[in-house]
Amino acid sequence: MPAAEVVAVNQCSGNRRGLFQPHVPGVEWGYGAMGCARWKGARLKDVLDKIGLKKEAIEIVFNGAEGPAFDKTPDFIKSIPVWKAMEETTLVAYEMNGAPIPHLNGAPARIIVPGWTGTYWMKHVISIKAATKPDSNYWMNPAYRIPVGKFPVVARFATQENATTTPITEMVVNSLITSHADGAKVKAGSVTIGGIAWDAGYGMRSVDMSTDGGKTWTQAALGQDLGRFAFRPFSLALPAKPGKLTVTARASNAIGQTQTAALILNPAGYHHNVMHSVTFEVI
Amino acid sequence: MRTLTIALLASLLALPALADETQTQLKDAPGRDKVEGNCAACHSLDYIQMNSPFMNAATWDAEVKKMIKAMGAPISDADAKAIKEYLVKNYGG
Repeated sequence: MPAAEVVAVNQCSGNRRGLFQPHVPGVEWGYGAMGCARWKGARLKDVLDKIGLKKEAIEIVFNGAEGPAFDKTPDFIKSIPVWKAMEETTLVAYEMNGAPIPHLNGAPARIIVPGWTGTYWMKHVISIKAATKPDSNYWMNPAYRIPVGKFPVVARFATQENATTTPITEMVVNSLITSHADGAKVKAGSVTIGGIAWDAGYGMRSVDMSTDGGKTWTQAALGQDLGRFAFRPFSLALPAKPGKLTVTARASNAIGQTQTAALILNPAGYHHNVMHSVTFEVI
Repeated sequence: MRTLTIALLASLLALPALADETQTQLKDAPGRDKVEGNCAACHSLDYIQMNSPFMNAATWDAEVKKMIKAMGAPISDADAKAIKEYLVKNYGG
């Protein structure tokens, strides 16, 4: 099968859960449960075409080699809708950044679902099934779900939706200031602030920065474009007078979605995309 | 329903990846052995400490119940009671 490549962000559904107020139990992630890599492998579409997918198939179901410690613990199994499985960028990857995928990243083969949260990126793949019924295992329902209608997401997983919840699907537009840590000391004059922005693959339109709590915004320069699923760098030089300086970044994507100012609460602590701020001490 | 299975990796040899647990030392108190013996079989004990600032008797009770009912942890009633008491007393916020 021909090899395909995609640079794509893999982000945990619960990235930033630790920042939720009120607290949501779980892994108390800060900002870092994500990464961006160049993935290479066979297109899942080509694999399914070779088999000959029947039109009755509605979901593609993945399982990995790892298993639970106890018999009654649900094995980690995930499905995606056929339409997502058939996208050109959905891969069965065997390389990460030009080398065989390391063990902890899913060796020897991992499903790559660009734009969607990491829960679907099955590691150590040992089976790919076409199903004519919605998969009903624990990790599809009740786990990894969001309230219906609460988030501005386009990608729907219709066969899994019910009246109140739907599986988490694509990532919400987001950005992170990475050039400085909160509380950083900088010299008065000018400070160049940078970071990364990403979304579900619609592409970044702009990243704006504010030093007055969001009253006024200045557009940052966008850096190298490694594709619509990749981290997009941004940077902006801002004047810095002695004292405290709080800088807020706000990413907007090509379909007009923008980061939220107020946290969107949900039971599992997913999709945290509140605008990130860093406060500097200018000396 | 036709189910198609692709056996991609029939002979996968995945070495177990051991997380570094040297940082996680739970408070020494009655019930610690039950927590270590039951909970650490599946997940890092870090989860206890990282959630502790926000937890109370009701939320720890809910977590232990979830581990038994949803996650299928084979924990006896007596051990579950000891685990809950240990967590509430030592990591109850």
